[in-house]
Amino acid sequence: MIELVVGAIEAILMVLIGLHLAIFLLYFERKGSALIQDRVGANRAAITGFGRKLGLPNLGIVNTLVADPLKLFTKEDFVPDGADHFLHALAPFLALFPVLITFVVIPFGDTITIGGYTFNLQAANLNAAALYLLATIGIGVYGVALGGWASNNRWALLGGIRATAQMISYEIAMGLALVSVIMTYGTLDLQEMVRAQGGVWFGFLPRWGIFVQPLAFVLLLTAGVAESKRVPFDLPEGESELILGYMVEYSGGKQAAFMFTDFAEQALTAMMLVTFFLGGWQVPWLYRDGLHLPGGVFIAIAPLAVSILGIVSFLVKVVVLCAFLGLVRWTLPRFRYDQLMRLGWKGLVPLGLANVLVTAFIVVAAGGTH
Amino acid sequence: MVSLSWLMVLSAAIFAIGVAGFLTRRNILVMFMSIELMLNAVNLAFVSLGSRMGTMDGQVIVFFVMTVAAAEAAVGLAIIISIFRSRETVHADDLTLLRW
Amino acid sequence: MPAGLFWFLAALSVLAALGVVVQRNPVHCLLSLVLTLLAIAVLFIGQDAVVVGFLQAIVYTGAIMVLFLFVIWLLNLPAESGPTGHLALKFFGAVAVAALMAELLVFALPARLQIKPAAHAAGYGSIDALSQTLFSEYLIAFEVTSVLLLVAVIGAVALARRTTAAEMQERGPADKADIEKAA
Repeated sequence: MIELVVGAIEAILMVLIGLHLAIFLLYFERKGSALIQDRVGANRAAITGFGRKLGLPNLGIVNTLVADPLKLFTKEDFVPDGADHFLHALAPFLALFPVLITFVVIPFGDTITIGGYTFNLQAANLNAAALYLLATIGIGVYGVALGGWASNNRWALLGGIRATAQMISYEIAMGLALVSVIMTYGTLDLQEMVRAQGGVWFGFLPRWGIFVQPLAFVLLLTAGVAESKRVPFDLPEGESELILGYMVEYSGGKQAAFMFTDFAEQALTAMMLVTFFLGGWQVPWLYRDGLHLPGGVFIAIAPLAVSILGIVSFLVKVVVLCAFLGLVRWTLPRFRYDQLMRLGWKGLVPLGLANVLVTAFIVVAAGGTH
Repeated sequence: MVSLSWLMVLSAAIFAIGVAGFLTRRNILVMFMSIELMLNAVNLAFVSLGSRMGTMDGQVIVFFVMTVAAAEAAVGLAIIISIFRSRETVHADDLTLLRW
Repeated sequence: MPAGLFWFLAALSVLAALGVVVQRNPVHCLLSLVLTLLAIAVLFIGQDAVVVGFLQAIVYTGAIMVLFLFVIWLLNLPAESGPTGHLALKFFGAVAVAALMAELLVFALPARLQIKPAAHAAGYGSIDALSQTLFSEYLIAFEVTSVLLLVAVIGAVALARRTTAAEMQERGPADKADIEKAA
């Protein structure tokens, strides 16, 4: 019974972390892109002019964190003429829901012991969690597809078809990258994979996945960015040409849901990369009893602090990776659609297959999984 | 866990609904979807029996059925597309060229 | 799997299957089919067939149904306006289905299915057990299935692509309109 309650609390916590990351990414995007593009960005928010009348300063962070979502949710919810009302309302839900429920299998820490009770810092301890990731990402395709089709607008439909084709093409590359990682660790369980990334090689190099599978890291990075339709793969969205592509007929809360899907998938990609390749919640040289620094220095740390350090390290890594993904967004130009498809099918899929083949040989030669 | 019979009844029900859809609907794509329903009902029966008997054979057969269903869906939809290109219809009653 | 969950999923899958067969708009039929497939996937997972359940979600709902959706869009199918087909067809179809259902129920009655429930081994339904059985007893079937998939891919591409104008010329001066349509 208590496991159910703890699991529910952890699930809610993870979904909240995902949503908050999405909101902060929205703010970070506006200010960060402004910084790179040598402008100021959004820095004024005045809800009904109340603050300025009292002489309070313009609050920039309040703008995107509070005013933007508030504005989106209170706008008129417009369904275009001739559109299918049910599908028009269902599409944002089908886009956002699979992304949110994927957050619950990501382990954000090792076990933590409070009050004599030990619980696992992963909301749902599935032992086939890697397959669950692929399944939910596959279901996320429907929201985009139906969003484009239910708008009764041929350009939205075109955007929806292109987005769907892009997503299913890069799912294959993502699956192949995951297959090589699964072969390396010999398990589908995410918590086991993160635990296997503890320890060091040669006395100082942490056993992170990126040192074992660098090509799979690049593949998953590219495929994840393409899945979430972020720049440089955001042709279906086409913010300067197509005005949001498949989302063009959506306003108000539904558009907010689609926007959150964008940022939540970016956060999800970052969390996946951290879990598979950057050691998850593992702090380098930190074991259960304390820090074993290279050079023989040992600092004893209490178990509770070790667990909390794990959670902090996970969050730091995710934030750094999200920042990196945002940096990619502000730097690279957009792919044309045929270049995108060519990269997916003729570039990433053969590379992924070759990676799987080489990994298989190495795993068998090393006599089982390491 | 309910007894095996109820799982078999569920599988039979979904299969029967699939057969009904295949016989009564005249839109080729909906007929295709009814075929998928029938395949899934059979998958459910295989998995339930395999789980009851404790062997993995049921699941392996389901693996193959899924693969064959994927291949069949791909080829069948390609056929539907080429029929549509030449006949401009997906209504099964209009495809009477081979009728005597 | 608790009995309440089974009854919920059973009701959901039967209702969704009825939705596939009854609804007029093909996209609505497809969404009902997706719901049925997901309910069946959860039924799989509930019976410890974890990998097959997730494969059902990944392969069936994530790929095959998206293919169906693409074809529905490509053909731009409208919703059917009224009841189609002959009434006699529907009547005989209903009778045949009722007979089929009765026969299947006879075989599924509790008295007949006296299979003793066997305990599940430790890794039942995991990917280890699945691959052990798949690659030892069913190896030939596995290889044949992979060839089947290759043939299906080639066949689908060959059937669905448009003949180019050069190929039409090659076939002879059959129909000028066809050549112009392909150009």
